[in-house]
Amino acid sequence: MTHVPDGEFGPDLAEVFGPQQSDGGPELVQLLTPEGERTHHAEFDMDFSAEQLRGFYRDMVLTRRIDTESTALQRHGELGIWAQLLGQEAAQIGSGRALRPQDFAFPTYREHGVAWCRGLDPLKLLGLFRGVDQSSWDPAETNFAPYTIIIGAQALHATGYAMGIQRDGAVGTGDPERDAATIGYFGDGASSQGDVNEAFIFAASYNAPVVFFCQNNQWAISEPFERQSRIPLYQRALGFGFPGVRVDGNDVMATYAVTQAALQRAREGSGPTLIEAYTYRMGAHTTTDDPTRYRLSDDVENWKLKDPIARVEAYLRRNGLIDEQFTDALTVEADQLGERLRAGVKELADPSPLSVFDHVYAELPPELAEQRDGYAEYLASFEGAH
Amino acid sequence: MTEKMTLAKALNAGLRQAMEDDPKVLLMGEDVGKLGGVFRITDGLQKDFGEDRVIDSPLAESGIVGTAVGLAMRGYRPVVEIQFDGFVYPAYDQIVSQVAKIRFRTQGRVAMPIVIRIPFGGGIGAVEHHSESPEAQFAHTPGLKVVACSNPVDGYWMIQQAIASDDPVIFLEPKRQYHGAKSEVDTSATPEPLHTSRVVRAGSDVTLLAYGPMVRTCLSAAEAVEGERSVEVIDLRTLSPLDMGPVVESVRRTGRAVVTHEAQVNLGMGAELAARITEQCFYSLEAPVLRVGGFDTPYPASRIEEEWLPDLDRVLDAVDRTFDF
Repeated sequence: MTHVPDGEFGPDLAEVFGPQQSDGGPELVQLLTPEGERTHHAEFDMDFSAEQLRGFYRDMVLTRRIDTESTALQRHGELGIWAQLLGQEAAQIGSGRALRPQDFAFPTYREHGVAWCRGLDPLKLLGLFRGVDQSSWDPAETNFAPYTIIIGAQALHATGYAMGIQRDGAVGTGDPERDAATIGYFGDGASSQGDVNEAFIFAASYNAPVVFFCQNNQWAISEPFERQSRIPLYQRALGFGFPGVRVDGNDVMATYAVTQAALQRAREGSGPTLIEAYTYRMGAHTTTDDPTRYRLSDDVENWKLKDPIARVEAYLRRNGLIDEQFTDALTVEADQLGERLRAGVKELADPSPLSVFDHVYAELPPELAEQRDGYAEYLASFEGAH
Repeated sequence: MTEKMTLAKALNAGLRQAMEDDPKVLLMGEDVGKLGGVFRITDGLQKDFGEDRVIDSPLAESGIVGTAVGLAMRGYRPVVEIQFDGFVYPAYDQIVSQVAKIRFRTQGRVAMPIVIRIPFGGGIGAVEHHSESPEAQFAHTPGLKVVACSNPVDGYWMIQQAIASDDPVIFLEPKRQYHGAKSEVDTSATPEPLHTSRVVRAGSDVTLLAYGPMVRTCLSAAEAVEGERSVEVIDLRTLSPLDMGPVVESVRRTGRAVVTHEAQVNLGMGAELAARITEQCFYSLEAPVLRVGGFDTPYPASRIEEEWLPDLDRVLDAVDRTFDF
């Protein structure tokens, strides 16, 4: 097979897309450096109030506590598995806080920070990881869909829901209480899935009010980002006919600013946007994974220097926006949250074996009712036996 | 009010009625708009209900079903058309992992009132992937309901009942009969419930079980041996859940049963029906339950499809064999 070098057949890819850069490259939208220095951006600059920034900081600290506490609960055998979000707090809080109540979020199984922003009790998340239910919250209460484990499937659900918003006339009316958008979360691995690419096509075709929020955390279990794409992910959007932006996913300010702009665009009727939040999965894929088998500790150490929480804390302290009293109170709040999770998880009781027959259908078909009744009799036959 | 309709026309009229009854009903699929679908089942509906309710979709089946999930979460009742049976597989994951399970996973909080219409079965001389019978794959999936219509009257009513169902329904249409014989459809009648089977010809010697395109074949078979054998024919209509009542009642009387379908025999609907009949009619059986279906091969090239598909003679051959025991 003859190898045709780039440029001799079609355009030179390196020239069109530029080289892949491990720091995200110059296209990375950033408003706060890893050192906590405020920077400015021509398109996405934004002013934040002290209260807003303290809120982001609190959200991220508490989300990290949910994560570390849940990891510990898995180690103690209280959870069957836990999908860690360590390192992705800014991407999730920045985007989650940009949502309005009427917007609707479609998560993967790692969006614990977004769930927090939507006001979902973290104990509801633990039910799934403990194995007592399978995302049993009411999505309509917080506009937060069930966790989706099939990689990328939810991108289509976010698009379809957005098509429903269009049909309800809740786009482009100018009423901030009415106009709505959806946000579909997925990762760099999911960007290879057909469903994600089909979602891009449907959203573009119908100009649907959806924001595709890709947390590129560099790893799909053991496979590096380079296995999924030869070009920066945000640039794929252009091929589908809508804008793509790469934002520093460890910068909560930039993530908020970019997501807010994309959501507003969608609500106004200008269609979809792809946001690539450039971040890093500091933990394992899940508690069953061992990342030392496939990645270098140097890499992890480098990303530790870009920690999403430390940079906000540095900024807040340097500018006198938080004091010891604030951080002490937050520590107490985090401890209380941890305590609540530890106590609460033990209260998440196993469902009754017969409950498996509930909710398969709107009404239990007669033959399935017979199966349930037969099983109930079978179980009852052991009562009193030793 | 009665009107003579083909199956295609009856389905079209049923869809129209459902859209008039409920503004949340949407149609989606490839070529369902201006063209009216490759079989013209949605003919004229986009013109009358607009592009927002009769949606020409990009050419991606998973995308069609996956966006239908999102629309259902928003409160819509999407009716999606899969252009041909063999094209449903790209949407298989969305159907079995999402559509079928979301009610269960959310403990009843999120319903999936989606109808997935699939023209199924062979006999139209088509190229490969256009003549398949995938019903067992969906009937095997908890959370889905699966029905098959066999005539214009059922087409008119069953499509409306499927759309009104709060559960997802795989709706199988025998494409070979779309533009065939007309029937009088009384649009003011009261239909039977969706998940019921029905005796369509009474008999006392043997029970033939059929659905979709095989109902007509079995009726012809029964007619062909009139005077020699008294053959009862049941149109199953619902494949998941099964309605065993009329089946059990019949087989206990006749003592003999033959299950027929175009789908391959191995692990097909016939296997489930044979097992249930054995469990529920054991002391009445004079012979094992026999199955007549497609051979356990891929669907053949169209010039030999009529050899491959079970026809009147193969059905009668099986009937004869039940009398050898």
